[in-house]
Amino acid sequence: MKSLRILCGATLASAATFARANGISGPVPDHVELNPVAIGMFVLFVLVTLAITRWASRRTRTTRDFYSAGGGITGFQNGLAIAGDYMSAASFLGLSGMVFVFGFDGLIYSIGFLVGWPFVMFLLAEPLRNLGKFTFVDVVAYRFAQAPIRLLTASTSLVVVIFYLVVQMVGAGKLIQLLFGLDYWMAEVVVGALMVVYVFFGGMTATTWVQIIKAVLLLCGATFMAVSALAQFGFSPEAMFRHAVDVHPDHLSIMAPGKLLKDPLNAFSLGIALMFGTAGFPHILMRFFTVPSAKEARKSVFVATGFIGYFYLLTFIIGFSAIALLGQHPEFFKAGADGSFNLTHDLIGGSNMVAVKLAQAIGGNMFYGFIAAVTFATILAVVAGLTLSGATTVSHDLYACWLANGRADDRKEMRISRISTVILSLVAIGLGILFENINVAFLVGLVAAVAASANFPVLVSSIFWRGMTTRGAVMGGALGLVSSVLLTLFSKSVWVDVLHQAHAPVFLDNPALVSVPLAFFGIWAFSMLDRSARGRKEQEAFAMQEFYGHTGLLPTEAVNH
Amino acid sequence: MQQSQIDAIKASPAYRRLVASRRRFSFALTALMILTYYGFILFVALSPQTLSRPLYAGAATSTGVLVGVAIILVAVGLTGWYVRRANQTLDPLMSTLLKQARQGD
Repeated sequence: MKSLRILCGATLASAATFARANGISGPVPDHVELNPVAIGMFVLFVLVTLAITRWASRRTRTTRDFYSAGGGITGFQNGLAIAGDYMSAASFLGLSGMVFVFGFDGLIYSIGFLVGWPFVMFLLAEPLRNLGKFTFVDVVAYRFAQAPIRLLTASTSLVVVIFYLVVQMVGAGKLIQLLFGLDYWMAEVVVGALMVVYVFFGGMTATTWVQIIKAVLLLCGATFMAVSALAQFGFSPEAMFRHAVDVHPDHLSIMAPGKLLKDPLNAFSLGIALMFGTAGFPHILMRFFTVPSAKEARKSVFVATGFIGYFYLLTFIIGFSAIALLGQHPEFFKAGADGSFNLTHDLIGGSNMVAVKLAQAIGGNMFYGFIAAVTFATILAVVAGLTLSGATTVSHDLYACWLANGRADDRKEMRISRISTVILSLVAIGLGILFENINVAFLVGLVAAVAASANFPVLVSSIFWRGMTTRGAVMGGALGLVSSVLLTLFSKSVWVDVLHQAHAPVFLDNPALVSVPLAFFGIWAFSMLDRSARGRKEQEAFAMQEFYGHTGLLPTEAVNH
Repeated sequence: MQQSQIDAIKASPAYRRLVASRRRFSFALTALMILTYYGFILFVALSPQTLSRPLYAGAATSTGVLVGVAIILVAVGLTGWYVRRANQTLDPLMSTLLKQARQGD
């Protein structure tokens, strides 16, 4: 079930698809030349974003500006930024590559990544906006004891942020090596340095605009690619599919499910991790505090869901048209002695390069450079959002709300968040270099599983279940965290692929099928067993929380714990 | 808003009804999305031949492609439905309630 992990990588991060020893990699080019067009376009992107950061830094005076752009982002802008945060380099390259190799199965995975968004809309968007200030931890901590809740959720958030950063950094290094011909360590330093500049000076405002610009560039680039490719078939999808079926080594079976999903239990488990993981990512949830009202929060999810869904349709078209078109370019393949090549196995750079090769086939070197630069920009937008979220967790959740008991000095808090930004990026660069030759696919699954099993159950229960108490929240969240980490440790992705043992004791590739229900059970059981006076008071406080959650009338000072 | 006003609203049947219907709506749409998605996964796992069938006689396009695209549209459509109902029905009801409570004293 290696492919399932690859799929996971496809949405959540780049590394799984870029990691070595994965099922759909191809021949590695011997030598990548520096690509001047790609580098020129990328430098242009950096200059524009730095100018925006300069502008944003003048508007980033208080912690509120830093964490939430002063709440002044509109719903539409936020929706685009969310889409920019979610459409990672891997979902662009990984998904189109998966469609290229497996055909229809790629679509199954895109759908899995999309369906998390409706849940965010129906269950979380409005209460988050109405009850929280800067992080989802604020919402969870509303009626519970601050110290244990903040400590638990802040640590699960940091686990998610740091490992997700590592995954992104490793993927970025390999990708940039392949696209730009830069050394791995240099790529790490460039990405790490730029993300510090965006976040340190421009906070949420700069991060938001980097994500918006990247989303627009990526959507335009992918649209142009899909439309130009379809034009070659007279805008008839049927003609495109027909041609793809004729030239693909697997012929008609690429139009049908089956090659990836042989094991329904693992598919279900991964589906749960993807669906609920999306709704448990701290950097995504944090975006809902940048808009002024619950109404704008709703609008942003709708806009984001629309753009993300549209984007997945584009990757599907890109993947299929690549099947039909790339075969006409033998220079993209590593041919055997007789000059023949296998479409899916011999693409130079592996199936991750499908989208960029198609760009080259359609628009020549200029468009190739554009798409390569957009991919680099995509990585930057994602890591900036992660870094900001990690820094906010440290300075707001841990320092201001817990250690300083809600009486933190704003300037000191700001200093702490900026120091955390620098430390996080150093950690990310360091771990990125350290993990260069480790198959980090397991981290992708782990990050999604922790978000789905520790963050999501605690958050959703605190919003919807009157009966939850501090004890239930902490025990349930801890159960989710520990079980997802342990199960991942003993699963094939770590036990066999990293530690090189013969058999994995746990057959599930992703622990979510067990760890998510376990977390919910823990929350329920320990809340029911909690007969303390404090527990009763917390349950009574639910009515007020519900009122504020529905009306948005929560006085801001009251959130200022 | 005064605590006494808030308590009055919380105790009113209109408020309870509104909160309950909002919750029902959220959970119903959540269930609908789960059913759609896992229904699709069940088809993929248990009856892949249904999805492999050509869309029409002689077509390369399979039924599965149409179903997959339809699910993406359903996901976007359901979020759109939620926004529409919240904006047009639920939010105005809540603001009427709040206005009445404010005028109440």
